[in-house]
Amino acid sequence: MSHAPVMPTEAAPRLEWPAALLPEVEAALARYPVKRSAVLPALWLAQRQWGWLSPSALQLVARTVELPEPEVFGIATFYTMFNLQPVGRYHLQVCMTLSCSLMGADRLFKHLEKRLGIGHGQTTPDGRFTLRKVDALLERLR
Amino acid sequence: MRGPLLFKDIDTPGLKGIARYRELGGYEALAQTMGHSTPEACIDVVKASGLRGRGGAGFPTGLKWSFVPKQSPKPRYIVCNADESEPGTFKDRELMEKNPHLLIEGMILAGYAIGSHVGYIYLRGEFEYIQRILDAAIAEARQAGLLGDSVFGSGYAFELHTHLGAGAYICGEETALLSSLEGYRGQPRLKPPFPAVEGLYACPTVVNNVETLMAVPPILKHGAAWYRQWGNEKSPGTKVFSVSGPVKRPGNYEVALGTSMKVLIDDLCGGMRDGLELKAIIPGGSSVPMLPASDLDTPLDYESMNAKGTFLGSGGVIVIDDQTCIVDALYNITRFYAHESCGKCTPCREGTFWLSEIFERLLSGKGRMEDIDLLGDIADNILGKSFCALGDAAAMPIQGALKHFRHEFEHLVTHQRSLVNRRKAELAEVRA
Ligand SMILES: Cc1cc2nc3c(=O)[nH]c(=O)nc-3n(C[C@H](O)[C@H](O)[C@H](O)COP(=O)(O)O)c2cc1C
Repeated sequence: MSHAPVMPTEAAPRLEWPAALLPEVEAALARYPVKRSAVLPALWLAQRQWGWLSPSALQLVARTVELPEPEVFGIATFYTMFNLQPVGRYHLQVCMTLSCSLMGADRLFKHLEKRLGIGHGQTTPDGRFTLRKVDALLERLR
Repeated sequence: MRGPLLFKDIDTPGLKGIARYRELGGYEALAQTMGHSTPEACIDVVKASGLRGRGGAGFPTGLKWSFVPKQSPKPRYIVCNADESEPGTFKDRELMEKNPHLLIEGMILAGYAIGSHVGYIYLRGEFEYIQRILDAAIAEARQAGLLGDSVFGSGYAFELHTHLGAGAYICGEETALLSSLEGYRGQPRLKPPFPAVEGLYACPTVVNNVETLMAVPPILKHGAAWYRQWGNEKSPGTKVFSVSGPVKRPGNYEVALGTSMKVLIDDLCGGMRDGLELKAIIPGGSSVPMLPASDLDTPLDYESMNAKGTFLGSGGVIVIDDQTCIVDALYNITRFYAHESCGKCTPCREGTFWLSEIFERLLSGKGRMEDIDLLGDIADNILGKSFCALGDAAAMPIQGALKHFRHEFEHLVTHQRSLVNRRKAELAEVRA
């Protein structure tokens, strides 16, 4: 289970897909027999477009796949790769899985914490770096 | 050459493209099959080959395919499990990024065998770049008439799509994967009904791992007997092992099943890094019990691993050195499962949390002797008591470690610190 932020209740400004993205949105909807299945592809398109999933973006996705907003919010919070808060320009993710830990991942993370002055899940005040511990990135740390 | 079959041509430049793939004999199995063999004949060959699922459970692939009802008014689906989320496993990734057409060919053949006209490849969220590689290969295959309304002019229609997850270990479990693909939170479902009967959109569905599907084209092309030249009676064929940890040459190696761990670790990976000795091996991804160094001679096949109380699993071999604290290593694994438990079933959700807490107590030097038995107790109470095997994956490694390395837990309690702990020592050296 991932982070569990609270669903925003205030009205968010209405957002639309940029015209250039519409073909991709349509293609995503066409890949499945039901619209609901396009929820992850639509969330990805939104995150790629705006960098994070703002309440407005979540509402747009909900309209696109014809699901209630709270359900889309519940889906987005289930997956760790969706950013429900803005992230820094560089999103540093350090894999802490045993394979990586055996090869020095903890040391690497501690070094980054010290150098950047931020901890897990935090962003530097200038908005440049977000630091995060993650799992199983499948890189062989040499 | 890094392996006899799936890795034979893997480093060939340009293999990603359809032209080079076909030069090397690619899509010949498909040409031989479409319009020439019946779906039943395909299933029979795969059954006879003895191919077993490479996703972790080792279930016989042909048998799984035969469970799909022959007469069903509903559409059928073939789904590739490319979630590759088991810690220590990184084989599907290399297979797909270097040889995407082999997966496409395997998917079409598996789809044809079970009477499916649509396939989905479910990729973990981190594999976005592999999605681009696969999408490009799918477009090439469609252009060449290998996908679409009439595969190879046979009149059989087949479409293939990729689907990107978004970071949830549980989505590697097949029923959770199907929930996620349908657009729900990725939570597992109770089995039965099994996916073969009621899977994606409640239709008959086969879920197979990447490596399993990639073994299908060569098997259909050369036959079951040919495939059985590798491995042994119950574990035929080859398997890709991902080796990580402090060995000289970590990486993916394809070997015949039944090859000893010693050959893999000492010969292929060049043994341990200088100054370190082997202490333990996790042979099949972080979900399986570890073996002590004294078991290094054990053959890498399903039965030999079971005889030692562990599993071949996904083939993610994690090598642990003598300077590493076993309790600390287990804590790393346990907190992963505690984080990834989807929260649906109580034994798994609560059990993994309490296991994590006890590890923290032990490692902070405040552990009690009873805590050691408590770990075993909680593990017993998680095992087999949830919808899916995520809880089991957390419990089994603890049982394995208590069996072989109980003295390290006891040392931690009596001395309030680990017998050895390279990680902790290295952490203390980090400067600002
Ligand atoms: C918690 C959990 C995680 C799993 N993760 C994966 C995975 O990442 N990849 C995979 O192929 N199978 C995974 N499996 C196994 C699948 O449920 C399923 O058995 C497999 O995809 C079947 O394919 P196969 O018969 O070709 O092995 C996982 C199982 C569990 C319980």
